[in-house]
Amino acid sequence: MRTTLTTEQPVRTTDITPTPAVTAADADPGLQSAARRARRRRTALVWLGRIVVPVVIIGGWQWFTAAGVVDKFFFGQPSGVWHSLVQLFTKGTAFGSIWLNLEITIREAVYGFLLGTGAGIVFGLALGQNRFLADVLGPYIKVANSIPRIILGSIFVVAFGLGTFPKVLLAAVLVFFIVFFNAFQGVREVDQNLVANVRVLGASPFQVARHVTVPSALTWIIASLHTAFGFAIIGALVAEVLGAQHGIGLVIVQAQGQFDMDTVFACMLIMAVVTLVAEYLLTLLERRVLGWRPPSRSEVAAI
Amino acid sequence: MAQPAPGAARIEIIGLTKRFLTPKGRPFTAIQDVSFTVEPGQFCAIVGPTGCGKSTTLGQVSGLDRPSAGRVLVGGQEVRGITKGVSFMFQADALFPWKTVLGNVMIGPVLAGRAKKQAARLARDWLRRVGLAGFEDRYPHQLSGGMRKRVAMAAALINEPKILLMDEPFGALDVQTKAIMQTELLGLWEQTRPSVLFITHDLDEAVALADRVLIMTSGPGSIKQSFEIDLPRPRGEVQAIRHEPRFLELQHQIWSSLKDEVERAYAQTAGVAA
Ligand SMILES: Nc1ncnc2c1ncn2[C@@H]1O[C@H](COP(=O)(O)OP(=O)(O)OP(=O)(O)O)[C@@H](O)[C@H]1O
Ligand SMILES: [Mg+2]
Repeated sequence: MRTTLTTEQPVRTTDITPTPAVTAADADPGLQSAARRARRRRTALVWLGRIVVPVVIIGGWQWFTAAGVVDKFFFGQPSGVWHSLVQLFTKGTAFGSIWLNLEITIREAVYGFLLGTGAGIVFGLALGQNRFLADVLGPYIKVANSIPRIILGSIFVVAFGLGTFPKVLLAAVLVFFIVFFNAFQGVREVDQNLVANVRVLGASPFQVARHVTVPSALTWIIASLHTAFGFAIIGALVAEVLGAQHGIGLVIVQAQGQFDMDTVFACMLIMAVVTLVAEYLLTLLERRVLGWRPPSRSEVAAI
Repeated sequence: MAQPAPGAARIEIIGLTKRFLTPKGRPFTAIQDVSFTVEPGQFCAIVGPTGCGKSTTLGQVSGLDRPSAGRVLVGGQEVRGITKGVSFMFQADALFPWKTVLGNVMIGPVLAGRAKKQAARLARDWLRRVGLAGFEDRYPHQLSGGMRKRVAMAAALINEPKILLMDEPFGALDVQTKAIMQTELLGLWEQTRPSVLFITHDLDEAVALADRVLIMTSGPGSIKQSFEIDLPRPRGEVQAIRHEPRFLELQHQIWSSLKDEVERAYAQTAGVAA
């Protein structure tokens, strides 16, 4: 039967059958170069704006502190921050080289991030798909979520000592709730038409999850990872502030104790760079996994 | 009339009743005592006022939903769980936004356990048949509404179903595209001849496509009347058939039967709102 089916389809449809070929109007060279010029001009403007903003902020800060309007003892000074940065990287800290401390903090944050994300996805998918489980555990998750979780840091540090484990744990707890709620919501928002569609085609519950639920929840999960990584860093730093032997958080507390605001700012900058790099990596992941998504209106490659 | 496909199945619906619980917890009868039979290879259209339970009826036939009372038999077998060999074209868009056009059409054979490569080859062939060759790598949001419907149609037909359930498949299309899609559907249907249950609001569509048109009463829905459409097959261009005297005669008969129901349904909902 299959071979008889492959006979040509009626030609009568050709009048609306769209052809993917480039039409003459699209290939007009004048239109193309005009579009390119418009895009280049916009890019230049954006970059100009991007340069002006930090110049104004940092320049203003330097100028106000230098003129004595703002006390640099309390608020630091850009040139001092730069000096501290150089010191940190050349002389190191009281707790070993800056690289060692940075590595420890990043490792804690990344482990916490992975642990929290993994647990969040597993619980989110499970509870999202199982109404009974969701009804039973729902109230407890709400209660757990309303605990100010930073305080858990004190408990973890007392319970598990000054090593990396309590930091990983605090970071994971912070990450968990963000990812969990997103995964859960993602499963709940699954288009029931799609579920019905694959079920009619004979999909098993596992195939429904594989083809519909998980891909659909992935949009929500990946969106939450940006926020989640920021919280992983916060968790690691706060736990270090509460008690540690190494780590950027410890460097910050020590500097704070010595009223060395420049070093505090320098550490802040370092962690900001780390977060930006992570953000970039997450964006790459997002592009890979969510490449199918329609771009928002303004992003559409239109002229 | 051409022969029905060897696998085409008879659909028997006997005393089908479906009740829902409203959010307030009161039972609500959507359809009551619906009985009809679709012969193997028959194209059966259902028309009726909005909310009369047409989609609900299809839900029972597909096995996505269970009847509150009555029975649904497909090929002599009572429907338990998902009916085998059914394809469903839904009222709402049911394409996977994260799959390409090819991936969307492939899903049927893949779920039926075919190898990926073979499924892709089959899907390409079907895309060509609905006039979408060259669009395999696009995502649904990059297609027009009419093209999305073609993808849905290819996805519904690729498994060569015994039964094709279509819930207002062309409801949201413009008149010209709709006519072209209808003609295409007829052409494809005549090749494989599954039994079809086709829901529509469009009387012209029902008469032009179907062997039989069922009229449903407004809620709770039941079958009011059945019309045999004796227009010859193959019917060819849907637009052309619209002007034949027999078509107009049938269309007029069905409309006078349906009009009362539509008016009654409208009065009902207006009464609720008042
Ligand atoms: N899950 C549900 N719970 C409660 N009521 C429902 C449910 N599904 C459908 N109904 C009700 O059953 C009735 C029939 O619905 P159905 O979707 O079958 O109508 P329809 O004939 O397909 O309408 P339309 O032509 O507008 O698509 C409606 O009054 C609707 O409100
Ligand atoms: Mg409906």
